[in-house]
Amino acid sequence: MQKKSSVEIVTEWDIVAARQLGRNKAKEIGFGTVDQARITTAISELARNIYLYARFGNIHIEWIEEGDKKGIKIIAKDKGPGIEDVRKVLEDGYSTSGGLGAGLPGVKRLMDSMEIQSEINKGTTITITKWLR
Amino acid sequence: MEDLEREYHKILADYVKEQSERTLYIGQNFVRQLIRRNISPEDVVSLHKDAVETIYPAQFDELRLAYDFLIEMMVHYGMAMREHQSLLQKQAEIQMEMNIAANVQKTMLKTPIPSDMTIDIGMLSKPLKNVNGDYVHFIDDKKYISVAVTDVVGKGVPAALCMSMVKFGLESMEEYAHDPEHVLGVLNRIVERNVDDSMFISMFYGCYLREWGLFYYASAGHEPAFLYRAEENKFYDLEAKGMLLGIVPTTKYKRSEVLLEDGDIIVIVTDGVTEFRRDDTVDERQVVASLIHDVKGLPAQSICEYLYSELEEMQEFELKDDFSVVVIKKV
Repeated sequence: MQKKSSVEIVTEWDIVAARQLGRNKAKEIGFGTVDQARITTAISELARNIYLYARFGNIHIEWIEEGDKKGIKIIAKDKGPGIEDVRKVLEDGYSTSGGLGAGLPGVKRLMDSMEIQSEINKGTTITITKWLR
Repeated sequence: MEDLEREYHKILADYVKEQSERTLYIGQNFVRQLIRRNISPEDVVSLHKDAVETIYPAQFDELRLAYDFLIEMMVHYGMAMREHQSLLQKQAEIQMEMNIAANVQKTMLKTPIPSDMTIDIGMLSKPLKNVNGDYVHFIDDKKYISVAVTDVVGKGVPAALCMSMVKFGLESMEEYAHDPEHVLGVLNRIVERNVDDSMFISMFYGCYLREWGLFYYASAGHEPAFLYRAEENKFYDLEAKGMLLGIVPTTKYKRSEVLLEDGDIIVIVTDGVTEFRRDDTVDERQVVASLIHDVKGLPAQSICEYLYSELEEMQEFELKDDFSVVVIKKV
């Protein structure tokens, strides 16, 4: 079983590939149906952001372990325009999709943690993790 | 979660067995509990799926995929629900801050109402929202009483912020409080320098010389005050030309004056008092004048309160702007 794998996001269908990869991995790790759906939705949102705002990038998915805890870590990386104000995009109702629950705050709530690194005109890296309970 | 699973399973099994209204009511209470514990829709579907599997083990294989599909769909619903909850919480925080701000403002804008044997003064200022864009400021000197009635065009927080600036401007000029043209001229420059172009402030500034019974005033684009002449039983407008504060830094303001006789009443208002029309046939100022006339014999403060309650009722208790009125009555 491979611990790491990744998908390049170039076309809209690559979002589907990223979802598939994420779901398979989540299932392997032992997440239940509901958490599988949450993890996949989170990946889908991140991949969609790359596709819409950065044009291309990649989604990297890995199985993580810490002591006897198991979990999944997803890294979404792009070389797009970057995020000007990270604090703002983490505010509810800020993203243009406002009120639909999507956007980064929504993704953050589906997972256990989220980390954003972004530099204007250089790109953005978002790392999300979720532990198996 | 496990206790919920057990409970849900029992309620569903009971319902399948006897379809009683009682079970449905228990179910409703159960949902209340789920909402209180922030259980998201996808978890509820999953609860249901597991319960159905236990109750109908034989048929379940055909249904499993349909439930999984619904869970998948409900994840997005759950995201929207959690965003909604977080926005509600944020709103509650803002509301709390607003209440604190309103209290801070109330303390800051408090002004004692002067009075003596020859003059009876009343004042009422009610904000439309919780913070006020109107401001009334009195200065009580041995020789004179001065009064400033200010209206920041606009309501709510931006107006209230501007208001504090006007208050500090007025307070820093107390030695010129008997000089309306000077006070308006300085405030005009302060406002012009410090306030955004989209913000307008009007002010009526009057000064009453106790010894002479003389009232003189100047106005920066403010609604004319009412003057009731007791002897003639007639109303006049106390008008003074002058531009709104903060538009042209070199604006000069001009003074006008009236000698007050016993029983005369001056009523200074903001436009929240006179702008209540619902159709073009009503002359609002006439309505206000006739209300004043109805109660001209009452103490100044009672006149203010009467105007407020009557005008509020006329607008079906939905005022459209901050509401301020000052009544000065020569006795």
